[in-house]
Order: sequence, then structure tokens, then C-alpha cells
Amino acid sequence: MMLSLQLAWTQTLSLWRAGALRVLVFSLVLAVTAISAIGFFTQRIETALNQQGGLLLGGDLAVTADHAIPDAFLKHAEALGIATAKTYEFASMVVFNETNQLAQIKAVESAFPLRGDLALGQRATDVGISVKSAPKQGEVWIEPKLANLLDVGVGDDVKVGEQTLLVSALLLREPSRGGDMFGFAPRLMMNAADLASTKLIQYGSRVKYQLLLAASPQQINAFSAQSTPMLGRGEKIQDVKNARPEIKSALDKAQQFLGLSAMVSVILSMVAMLLSSLPYIKQSLDTFALMRCFGAAKKTVLQILAIQTMLIAFFSALLGILLGFIAQFGLATLASSLFVETLPPPTITPILTGLIASVAMMFAVVLPHLWQIRNLTAMNILRRETVSQQLSMQAKFLPAALVMGSMICWQARNIQLAVSTILALTALCLAIIGFSYLVITLANRLFSSSLNTSLNNQLLRDIKLGVLGLKRRFGLSTVQMIGFSMGLMVLILLALIRGDLINNWQASLPIDAPNRFIINIQPNQIDGVKQFFDAQKIKGGTVFPMVRGRLMSKNGKEINTTEWEDDRAKRLANREFNLSWTAQMQADNQLLSGQWWTPAEHGQPYLSLEQDLADTLGIQLGDELVFDVAGDALTLTVTSLRKVDWDTMRANFFAVTPPGVLDSYPANYISSFHLPVGANVAMNKLIKTYPNLTVIDVAALMQQVRGIMQKMSNAIEYVFAFSLFAGLAVLYAALIATRDERINEATLMRVFGASRRQVSLAYLAEFACIGLISALIATIAANALAYYISVQIFNIPFQFNVMLTASITLISILVIPFAAWLGLRKFLNMPARQLLNSI
Amino acid sequence: MQPSPVIQAQHLTYKFISHDHKIEVLRDLQLSIFKGEQIAIVGSSGSGKSTLLSLLAGLDIPTSGSVQINNSPFSSLDEDGRAAIRAQSMGFIFQSFQLLPSLTALENVMLPLQLTSQANAKERSHEALHNVGLSARMQHYPKQLSGGEQQRVAIARAFATNPTILFADEPTGNLDNTTGQVIIDLLFQMNIEAGTTLVLVTHDVSLASRCQRQLRLENGVLTEQIALSGLAAL
Repeated sequence: MMLSLQLAWTQTLSLWRAGALRVLVFSLVLAVTAISAIGFFTQRIETALNQQGGLLLGGDLAVTADHAIPDAFLKHAEALGIATAKTYEFASMVVFNETNQLAQIKAVESAFPLRGDLALGQRATDVGISVKSAPKQGEVWIEPKLANLLDVGVGDDVKVGEQTLLVSALLLREPSRGGDMFGFAPRLMMNAADLASTKLIQYGSRVKYQLLLAASPQQINAFSAQSTPMLGRGEKIQDVKNARPEIKSALDKAQQFLGLSAMVSVILSMVAMLLSSLPYIKQSLDTFALMRCFGAAKKTVLQILAIQTMLIAFFSALLGILLGFIAQFGLATLASSLFVETLPPPTITPILTGLIASVAMMFAVVLPHLWQIRNLTAMNILRRETVSQQLSMQAKFLPAALVMGSMICWQARNIQLAVSTILALTALCLAIIGFSYLVITLANRLFSSSLNTSLNNQLLRDIKLGVLGLKRRFGLSTVQMIGFSMGLMVLILLALIRGDLINNWQASLPIDAPNRFIINIQPNQIDGVKQFFDAQKIKGGTVFPMVRGRLMSKNGKEINTTEWEDDRAKRLANREFNLSWTAQMQADNQLLSGQWWTPAEHGQPYLSLEQDLADTLGIQLGDELVFDVAGDALTLTVTSLRKVDWDTMRANFFAVTPPGVLDSYPANYISSFHLPVGANVAMNKLIKTYPNLTVIDVAALMQQVRGIMQKMSNAIEYVFAFSLFAGLAVLYAALIATRDERINEATLMRVFGASRRQVSLAYLAEFACIGLISALIATIAANALAYYISVQIFNIPFQFNVMLTASITLISILVIPFAAWLGLRKFLNMPARQLLNSI
Repeated sequence: MQPSPVIQAQHLTYKFISHDHKIEVLRDLQLSIFKGEQIAIVGSSGSGKSTLLSLLAGLDIPTSGSVQINNSPFSSLDEDGRAAIRAQSMGFIFQSFQLLPSLTALENVMLPLQLTSQANAKERSHEALHNVGLSARMQHYPKQLSGGEQQRVAIARAFATNPTILFADEPTGNLDNTTGQVIIDLLFQMNIEAGTTLVLVTHDVSLASRCQRQLRLENGVLTEQIALSGLAAL
């Protein structure tokens, strides 16, 4: 073993000094750099995005209850080393001089906010300065709206309960506020240490108690897993996803995309490693045949090859990881200045991914050859007589395919995505083999049939020579085409999905999305509100009726909420529904089953339900539901189920009837609309005319959501740009995979009298074919896979991008031959004698 | 008393199947080679000379029959058993030199010494290269050497391990006449100095004539054995 180790080491050093490993090591290093840099970066971005979400919650996780949070949770968090802060929220009157105003009080411990920041100012018009702390004891921060209503300024004292507190700043921005869209009373934030002295929290007070937590994802997961069984009545654990549904889907999709990018970089890098290891294998076979001639034992030879391979894979991976770390560091610095304030530190996982990918892939490539040479005599290897016959092409690449499959499953984090990717890659390989065979056969026939006519043309003869080169090197060319098309496919795939995802986000919150809700509109005020819309040229400002009704029975069976285990179902069934009516289904709704009513059916006791609600309450199409509406039992039949896009910020309803069903019941009305900039004065006038109207301003919330989506879009753009490096590694490796053979052939052609022009033309023609076949297959496969991933996994509509597809195909046909020719160019300028010596 | 042969082949037969045709390269061949002998195996291209050499050296295994080295079974040993004997007592020179392109001249010579864990591999390789007149080119890679120089490296590599039997397969086949002559002189000179048994495959009659015995291989059969006073010819 020592002998093998020593020989493997000296062999590796000699190979390195001779320059024989440069191409392989370069590919390995580039591949591992791409894997680790993208790994480091996506993982840090992913954690940062979670924390972006976290700042909307004020922490990574919250234990929420309608009573004081049991101490067990706090102790548990402290035991795990998790930072905590308690908050208390309730509505109470705030008094200044003789003015009273209902405010949403939030008493926070000094550690608040655990994530994110608050913006404070002296006046409502201030830009605000960012602070990451709570009000001091004895001080409060109030929203400008409350300051206006109370006519109070910074430096005044306000009375909260029995305590007088100093207004030390105006609270201009509170990210953690957004989740409570309908908590429309203005905010007063105070220190929790003052809470007792206000004597506001008494037995029976309606208070939302929260224990905020912030720590590493592992600690948070541990806390969540261990604490969930401890939850009692009225207690729940919230993370950003269930606390802030409006960003949940965007966050999920961003993470899926980052995962997809990381997986793609692994696939690309492994293909690059596979391709660039082919010349190394050929070279190694010679060395080991000679060693056998000189009397080395089979075991020694195999050990040397194995150790040498491991040394190459290991040291290349180390260098790649180091470069990957440096690359992501630069990328993260750039990213932090543009879209993420601070990135969490990198972890060890990308290092392991890079190392395992490199070592496993090199072994997977070398293993079939080790297996092969162990049964061959030295003469067999020297003469190469049975080397290519003993192992089929499939057997040679099977271990590499298995390693790649395992890495995909490991990286995809979603079995559906992993399986679809593996199937797509397999289909791609088969398509390449079939298609290239077809092209070769066709080209062969075409050239044979025109042999005596147009082939008198020298140009055509040279092109023929090149195209038929595909036939001479069918195996190698196929491997090369698989490399090119895989590289191109994943790049097109990422480009398509990235575009769809970002467009989808932008479309979900267009610039004119509703930013105000008006509730409590009385029937006699509808005309006034509509006139306001017309006067302000507000488009799509619809007024919807709302009638309150409580669900009493389903199919004759009384609703008993204790039968349900699902908390959400209990909550939904316990509260009153806002029933509405409309003739036309809203544009952001989608009919999933049943029929929407026709005008002839207006007045029929039909009901259309939102799908998720129906699922939660176990309601199906055709069920008969009885609602208690203003003391009457109203029986409605479920005739359709809808999907509602809640992200659009428009007024939407779980339960809708046709017109003419609820008209006779007392109703009030709701409207959502986009208030243009500068229309505030008119808005205030409307409120003065109808003082009962409640206007909810969601502009700040939308701005927040938009900001987060923009950050996620930026993250995706960055990661996508970096994935291009992995793509380039593959394209480079595919170019060099057959370089030696091509140089040999070009040399012989030159020796036999071919001009440089002839060799160049043949070469360009061959690579144009390779580029065309690869690009066509890659384009088709990428679009099919993008369609599947968009629709099935990301749930976003897929749009075929003709421009992108066509331009990548065109670029491939032009760039691949040119790049290949560049690699060979220096050999074309050498004298034939010198060339013969160099091969 | 007749000395016992260093290499003895008995009923040696080698067949292979190509495109459904059974091709018999060697047929029931008998051969004894004695210590210190210089043997030339001659014949036209494709007559099976190189196959015979690879069977005698244990680089391949016969279809039937046997090869014995120093009266011990050789061809019946497994690959590693034969490799161990090769490492102990055999050296090789190939027509196409078979130098590893990624190793320097010195590293190429050192390789078989390192494989058998022999002491002073570097010093011995230096000496071997010095003996073939390549002291100045030790750090050169094969592609930086001429054909004759490459073959000299191969000769140095073959003698560096002090083999008792040296197999040479068309050692001048890739060289011009003048260079070939220089290489042959060197090979025979070193062979005599080292007292090695030389088994040489060639179709070059003048080269063969410098050996003590010539074996002609035709249609898979050794048709003549001519005893020559090879030493006198030197």
C-alpha cells in the first residue's frame, strides 16, 4: 500500500509537471468552484430571504397566544440558546389633553425587534432613521396618523391607561406591522416594562401575546419540532410563511428556484468533470499497461490508479472550494450592497457538496476502466485490442450516471423535481443518440447521391469531410453533443423559469394594484363612493355587498365545530361569513369545478365557494348549506368551487351567491381600489362627507411585499448569472473532450496535403452540426422541462419564449464551431513535421 | 551435460477468432532458449513473431501448450504470478518505444525500479541513461527527443533493472538505418556486458544475423533453426 501511495503521488506530480493534468484539473476546479460558489451563495441568500421574511414577523418564529405565554416555551428557547423578545398587543384609548383616540398598543421587551428594524422620525415627512431597538422605559413611539388624530407632537406626554408616557419619536415604519392588515387603529409602541403601571391588562383583557424567537435555522427547527407538542388551547407557533401568507408563495418559489439553480450547477459541473476525464483515462491506460509489462501486480496497478484519481479529485476540489468561497464572498459583498443588508455566514454543506461531487464523479468515471483492465493482459492493453469491446458504452457511463442521479436527488430537495430532471436528462441522451444517427445517415445519403454532381465543388467536399467526421467518431461525438446539449438545456431552462417567475411576481402586484380598502359603506353611500371614483378617474373601483351569515348545517346535519381537528376549520366555522353576490365572477378568480350561474339563474339559492375553504370544512359540490342570516335560515346549494388569487390585494370573498338571493338582507359594502398619488385630499373629503367609512391603507404593506419580491428577483438574477459559469465549464470540457483525436486527425490530413482552409472548413462543418443538433435538442428539452416545472412545481403559467430559444440556437451554431476552431487554430499553423512529433 | 533452458516453450498454440474466422497464429511450437543466448525470431509481417514474444514474456497467455522459465511453470501462472517473474527477471524494448509522454526520460527509466521497490532507483536510472549517452537529456520529455534518443531511453529502462532475459520487439523498426545501427550496437554491447539472454523479434535480416540463433516463423510454425556464430560476427 505504501508503495502504491508513493508511486501514485510521484506519478501525479510528474503528470502535473508535464502539463498532462492541466485540462482535467482546470475543469475539475472550475466545476467545483461553480458548485461551491453557487452552494455557498444560494444557501446564504436563502437564509437571508427567510430572515427578510423574518423581519416582517420581527423574528424567525413566534409563539402566539390569547393568554400569557407559558414559561415553558421561554425556558425551552433559552435552553437552545435562542434570542427571545415578548410583545403584547391590544387596543386601548390614548389620551392627550381632552382628546381620546383608540390605538393599537404594542408593548415590547427591550430586545425587540429581533429581526429587521424600525424607522423613526421627528415629523411625519421625515425620511426616518433606522433603529433596531425598542422604546425606552417611560417613552412611546406613535404613528404619524395617531399624532394627527391627537394633535400631539414629539416631546408631548400622552396617557396610556394609568401611566403618562413621553412621545419620544414618530414611528414611520414598522415592518412587523404589515401582517395585521385589518388592525387599522394607529400604532403606539411602548416598552413592556411600563405595561404593569398602565394597569391596562386585566383579567379578561383581549391581548395578543407573542414570544418572538431568533436564531439559526437549525435551532429554530429544533425549537419548533420540540415545542409543537407543548401547544395548549389558543396557542400557536407561527413562522413567516403562516404569519404572512402574502409573501409565502413568493418566498417558496424563490427558494425552489435557488434550489433548482444549485442542482443545475451540480449537474453541469458533473457533466464537465465527466467530459474532461475522458482524455485522462486514455492516458492512464497506457501507463498502467506498461506497469503491468514491468511486472507490477494487478492490485498495485489498480491501487495506484485509484489513489492517483483520488489525489487529483481531492486537490482539485480543495482548490475549487477555495475559489468558490472567494467567488461567493465577492458576490455576496456585491449582493449585500444591492439587496440584502447582511448575509448570514456560509456553512459547511457546499464544501461537502463540492468535495463529494469531485471525488465521486472521478471514481465513477475511472471505476469501469479499473474493472476493465483488471481482466486484461498487458498485451491487450498495449494493443488496445479488447479495450473498447469489453465494456459497452452504457456500462462505461453507468456509474457516472448513478453518481449524477444521486447528486440530483440530494440537491433537488423535491422528489418530483429530481425525478423529472433525471427523466429529462435520460430523454435528452436518447434523443441526442437517435437524432445524431439520423443526421449522419441523412448526410451520408445526401453526399453519396450528389457525389458526381455538386461534390465536384471543393467547398462541398470539405464540408462533407467534416460532417462525416461525426460518423467516424460516433461515440465520442455523441458524448460531446450530450455535454453541449446538457449545458445549453439547463441554461435555457433557468433563463425561461427565471423570466416566468419574475414576470409572474410583477404581474401579481402591478403598479396599479389596489392600495386602499373602504369598508362599512352603507347602501345610500354607494353612489357617492362611485362618484368619487369617477371624479378621481379610478378604474376598476367596484363596490361589493357583504351580508353576514353563520354556517348552521351541512346536508341537514348541524355544524359541530368540536368534531373538527383542524384549528383553521374550527375558526372558520365559528366566525360569521361575509357573503356577497355578483353576476360575473371576478377576473382574479378561476372556476375549478361546477358551473357559474347564468342570468336566468339569478335569484336561485346557489353558492360558489373558495376551494381551500371548502376543503378545510369538508364541503363538496352539491352540498346543501344552511346559513343563519339576520335570524333567517337561508339554504344554499354549492354549485361551483373557485380558486381565488389572494395576492392581488383585491376584495374577494369565500362565499358568493347570484344576485337576487341576499338583496333583501341588511348589507354593507366594501370596495378596493388604487388611489392615485395626490388624491389624498379628495379621499379625506369623502371621509368627511361619510364619517362612518373606514379606509384601510395597504400601500405600505404592498410596498413591503413588492420590496421583498424585488429582492428575491435580484437574488435569482445573481444566482442565474453565476450558473452561467457552470455552463461555460461544460462547454469548455465538451470542446476539449475530443481535442486530441481531432488534432491527430487534422495533423494527418495536413501531412496528406490538405490545406489549412480545408481542415478548418471540415472542422467548422463538423462542429456546426454538433452545435445544431445539440441546440435543437436542448431547446426542445428545455422548453418541455420548463413547461413542466413552471406548471407543476412552481404553479405559474408557462410562456414559450421564441426569441430566447431562437437566439440560443443561433448562438450555439455560430459560437461552438468558432470556439472549437480557435482551440485547433495553433496546430493549423504548425509545419507538418512538427505536428507529427507532437502527437 | 546439456544446460537447462532459461525459457522453454512446449506445444505452444495460439488462436483467436476474428469476424467468425478462427485464426491459428502459432501451432504446436517447441522452443528452448539457453542462458546468455541471443535469439532472433524472424519472419514476415503477420507471421506471429510478436505474439510468440508476448507469450514467452507472459504478456499474453497461450491457447494451449506451456511456457516455462528456469524450469518453473510460467504461462500457467495467473497474471500477477507472471508479473512478479517479469519484475524479477525480464526487460522489454518495444518497436514504438512505449515511453510515457508525461514522464521525463529519467522518470520513465525509474518507473520499473520504483514498481519493484528497488533501492537507489534514481542513481541507477542516472547511470543507465549515462550508459546510453543521454546524461544531458534526463529531464526531457519523450516528445522533446528524437526517435533514436527515445529508443535509447527504452534501452536504459530495460537494462536498469538488471534483467536476466531481455525481450526486444522490432527495436529498430521505427528508426532509420544509421540510427538503427547505432541502437543495435548499443543493445548488443550492453547485452554482452550484462550477460543477458536476448530474445529479439525482427524482420531485419542483418540484425538477425548478429544473433547466435535465428528462428524463422512461417504460417505459425518454426520452420528452421539456424545456428550462427553470432559472437564471431561481432
